[in-house]
This record gives sequence, structure tokens and C-alpha cells, in this order.
Amino acid sequence: MDTSIWRPIIYLVCFMAFAGLNAAYLGWCERKGAGRIQRRTGPMEVGFHGLLQPLADGLKLMTKQLLVPEGVDQILFRIAPILAMIPALTSMVVIPFSDNIQGRAVELSVLMLFALASIGMIAILIGGWASANKYAVISAARAVSQNLAYEIPMLLTVITIVMITGSMNLQDIAMDQQGGFWHWNIFRFDKSIFMPVSFLIFFICSVAETNRAPFDMAEAESELIAGFMTEYGSMGFGLFMMGEYLNIVVGACLTTILFLGGWSCPFGLFPGVWWFLIKIYILIFTFIWVRWTYPRTQVYKLLNLSWKILIPFSMVNLLVTAAFIKVF
Amino acid sequence: MTVPIQCRPDEVFVLNLGPQHPATHGVLRVKLTMDGEYIVKAEPVLGYIHRMHEKMAEAGSFAQFMPNTARMDYLHALAYNHGYVLAVERAAGIEVPERAEYIRVITVELNRLSSHLLWWAAFLLDLGGFTPLLYAFDDRERILDLLERITGSRLTYCYFRFGGVYNDIDDEFIAGTRDFIKRLRSRLPRMYHDLVTHNIILIKRLKDIGFITPEQCRKYGATGPVARGSGINYDVRKNEPYSVYPEFDFDVPVYTECDSMARYMVRMDEIEQSLRIIEQALDKLPDGPVKAKKVPKILKPAAGDYYAAVEAARGAFGCRLVCDGGKSAYRLKLRSPTFSNLSLFGEVAEGMLLADALAFMGSLDLVIPEIDR
Repeated sequence: MDTSIWRPIIYLVCFMAFAGLNAAYLGWCERKGAGRIQRRTGPMEVGFHGLLQPLADGLKLMTKQLLVPEGVDQILFRIAPILAMIPALTSMVVIPFSDNIQGRAVELSVLMLFALASIGMIAILIGGWASANKYAVISAARAVSQNLAYEIPMLLTVITIVMITGSMNLQDIAMDQQGGFWHWNIFRFDKSIFMPVSFLIFFICSVAETNRAPFDMAEAESELIAGFMTEYGSMGFGLFMMGEYLNIVVGACLTTILFLGGWSCPFGLFPGVWWFLIKIYILIFTFIWVRWTYPRTQVYKLLNLSWKILIPFSMVNLLVTAAFIKVF
Repeated sequence: MTVPIQCRPDEVFVLNLGPQHPATHGVLRVKLTMDGEYIVKAEPVLGYIHRMHEKMAEAGSFAQFMPNTARMDYLHALAYNHGYVLAVERAAGIEVPERAEYIRVITVELNRLSSHLLWWAAFLLDLGGFTPLLYAFDDRERILDLLERITGSRLTYCYFRFGGVYNDIDDEFIAGTRDFIKRLRSRLPRMYHDLVTHNIILIKRLKDIGFITPEQCRKYGATGPVARGSGINYDVRKNEPYSVYPEFDFDVPVYTECDSMARYMVRMDEIEQSLRIIEQALDKLPDGPVKAKKVPKILKPAAGDYYAAVEAARGAFGCRLVCDGGKSAYRLKLRSPTFSNLSLFGEVAEGMLLADALAFMGSLDLVIPEIDR
């Protein structure tokens, strides 16, 4: 490995810039996407087609007073937004964008990503609890039960991938799928006949994990005002939002690496980082598309979906994959 | 330092939903006693937007009260215009020209469409679907444009007069209305039903949720789509016909499932029936004056007790007018449908989950300024 001090610094700066740009501009993309879906234009005023809107929003949030209401848990209340943002940022370090673009090649990068994702859930719990607001507490309780329920099928699905590849290193998992779309995990019928379904389960779980509609139980605004974010204003709110968008990016990256061949081209041409970016943005667009199309589900229906359908199915999937690997 | 919160397993807490809450569509406050996410007791609290409308009727002349009627149910203002005008016309014995009656029906039904479209949009918003709002408002905007042309206002109409309407409709309005009927008919199955009504999430959220028995409806005096969703075939336009409604061929949609989905379907079917009524009224529209002759400027109806009811978008709106021969009402009692419909909420919402209860509240189609007159 390159021992120069400059490489990590350059990578760190680049990943930070990538994360920051995404956190800021996915908000813009979301508003534009929602606008297109709803037959309106979205932001148009600030800059060309509202391109400077995220800047204006950021300035507005930063100039606002950071209001800490009376009766809240002072320390936890301040920690929560930071805790929502940091794990998502840290996750970027281990994600391989291409065969030579990766912050740090960690051997157990899959495990690390999931550990970090769980911290994101704790941020919501802390934020909701520290707010000392009934809506926020309900929201926090919802978020925890939802995240617990959806982490299980997600991990079970990932275990099948890990078994197929025989590695927990994202780099190895992606390298294993190079050369044409038939090598991608989603289409590897020789390993398990259920691979496309696994992909679907994983995608549903990542929508649920990021608390996005139709699974946005934690911030169901018509029920819980703004859920765990009710008492947050200013940049506290801003950090929660940025954390949410970064989680989407991480989720899309993970889905791309685990199922869609990472940076490999569907036709074996010019593999590179651009293919990776195209894939994650298609996935992110799907996130936005789903959010603006479907109404919200109910808490117990959401949990039923996970415990009664997704978890049993991922169990079966795991066993079938194990059997396939053993037999062939 | 904050004091640690101590909880017992059987502990309940009180959640004040509103008066400022996104799901209550106004200043309704519901005092919820909750056990976790389950509602133990729900108690609607009113009075945040009380404006003494009934008392105002006793202070001013009959004509002066007209604009007030539009400020109760601002979403179906013309039906409230109609109810009040009917009561006063009965009291003063004023005959209305036929053309005016037709225009009243056309505008009231157009207004009913806009009210139902807005309910649909807001209800989907309660369920967390944002996009339908914009689609419904696209259509509703066209109704508002049409009504603005002839009534002069877009929301709080004061278009009806004792003995007729304020002014005549023109060819442009008729052509525009026909275009609109064609447009909404083509959009209903695709954009409203395919995209939303048949959506699996929506069906699962509404089916078997918010069960109102017909007995409960009768007990609380629920009317309109709420009663018709519980299998009670009652529509003032059919049961106690007024204006020229008997001349039109339309159905009263009734569903017997008693759940939120039934109420949803009743309203969606009513949109189609309203389109039918408007179409027939435009075809049959007679010529003639739109205002009765010789209506005195200051009305002094004979002493007596008069009542008129109309079918508003949310149920039966009744106007009981007691006159003592003076130039203002001795007493005006307004029976607003959502007040009765809301009274159901406490009993039905018991034992429901918070999110289901709010979906159920949305299906009641509440307009707070009309509950709290």
C-alpha cells in the first residue's frame, strides 16, 4: 500500500467534497424531481434553474439561532444531529468507487458499513428522546422498531452475498462481478435462483433504513409534525437532513456494489468510476420517485412486512444459497 | 439537570393534537389520552375559531348575513348560500325564476366538485401522499376560474340573492364548463383511480379502518358521505328535494362497508354524479330572467318558524329561521353537518392507533370554521 501521507489527505478531501455536494444537491434534486412528478417546475428563483438554492438554504439555516428548548437534555440534544451526520460521512471512507478509488481498503468493510448505519439509528433515538416532546418520543420509538426490523433481512441478504463471494471486503465483492451484467450478483442464477428477489429485499430494506417514504414513519408529518426533528431548527435540522441524504447515497452505493457490479459496465466496455456514479444516481432517483408516488404505510403494516414476509424469505434465501454453493 | 422520567407500564399520557397540527386542517384540538400509540380516549375540543355567526344574523338585516354563509364551510360556500337563501325565500314567499334555479344547481355542483377534489387532495396528504394534491388542485383551479368569472370571487362566494342569483351565466362559462366536464371525466379513471384508488398501500390503510355503524350515524346525526358510507341512503337532494333537483337523473352512491374506504368511494362516486347533474342542467338550461321581480330591498318576513335544508359536500346543512316580523332574524340556527360528523370521532377513535385515527379523521372531511360557527 502507498505509504505517502498525501494520498489519504487528497482522498479525504475528495470524499468530503463528494459527500458535501451530495448532501446539498440531493435536496435540490429531490425538489426538482418532485416538481417534475407533480407537474411543476421546482426551485427556479435562486440561480439558473434554482441551482444556487442549496447555498441559499444552507445560509438561511446557518444564520438562524440554534434554539435549545427548556427541559431538553442539553448534551444529548446537541449530540444527536452530529451523530446523524458523522456515521454517514465515515461510511464514505470504505466505499470503493472504482478499482483504484477507495479511501481505505478495510478487510471487513461490509461489517463496518452496517455498524455505522446502526449508529445513525441511535442518532434518531437520542434526538427524539432528548427533545422531551411527545411526538418526538413516539417517533424515536417508531424509528428504532423499524430499523431493528429491517436490519435483520438486510443483513441476511448480505450474508448470501458474502457467502457467494467469500469475502467481506467491498472491493473483492465488486471485483467478483466484473465483466458484463450477467456477472452481476443480481443475475447470478447459478449461485441462487432468488438473486433478483434478494436485490428487491435489499432495496426495500435500504428505503426503510433511511426512513424514506413510504416508510417514513419517524417523520410522518401528518401524524407526528416532524417526528424526532420537531424541536430542531437551524443547522441541527440541517444536519439531520444532510445525514438523511448521505444515508441515501451510502445505501445506493452499497446496493450498487453488492448487486449491480460496482463500477463494471453492463456490456464490458470502459469499466470505471462513471458507471458506478450512473448506477448510484439511478438508484437515488428511484428513491425520490418512490417517495413522491406512494402514500405512507402504517407502522404495524411496516413491521408485518418485515417480520412476516421479508425475514422468513431472506432466511429461505440464505439456506437455498448455502445449498447451491455446497452442491455446485 | 433534567429530572429522569419515570414510567409505569400501565401509564397513559395526554397528547394535545392541535389546535396547530398538520392533520387537523385548521384549529381543531383533540385531547388524546394515549397508551403508547393506542388511543384510550379522544375528546375533540372546539371553540378556537368561534365567530358568533348565528348572533350576527340577529344583528343585521337578512341581506347583510349573506356573506357570512360563505365563511362557514369555505370549501362548499355556495351550498351554504343556497341553504340560507332557501330559508329566507320560504319565509318571505319569494318565487325564484327557473333559469336562476338551474344556475344555482350548476354552480353548487361545480363547487361540490371543487370541495371533493380538495378533500381528496388533503386526505391523501394526511396519508402521506403529496403528489395527488397537485393533480387535484390542477383540476380544482379550473373550477375556481370558471366560478370566478361569474361570481367574482374564488373561495368565499356570495353569489345567490333572495329570488335568484347575482348575475347571469354566459356562453363562455357554459363552454368552459363543458370542457371541464370532459377533462375531469378523462382524468378520473387514469389519474385518480389508477394512481391512487387502486394503490395497494392506500387500500390497506383504509380498508376495515374507522368502522362507523349505521346506529352510530343515527345516534350522532351524521349525514352526507359519512352516513352514505355506512349504508344509510340519505341525501337531501333525493329525500327532501329542493330547487330543481327532482328534474335530474342522478344516483346516490351508498356503500355498506362502513369503513374509511367506503367513505372514500362515496365521495369519488359523487364526483361522477355531480358531473352528470351539471351536464343535464347545462342541456336543459331555460331562458329567462335570473332574478325575481319586486323583491323588496329590506325584507320583513311574516312572523313564523321556517326551515330549509340542502345537501352540502359534507352532509345536510340546515337553516332554521325564526322571524318576528322585523327586518332581521329573531333567531337563526344553523345545523352544520361536520359538527355531527366530528361528534362520532371520540367514540370511533377509541382503541385506534394514532396514525389510523388521523386517517379516519381525514375520511370525515372536517372543515373547522363550519363546526365552530
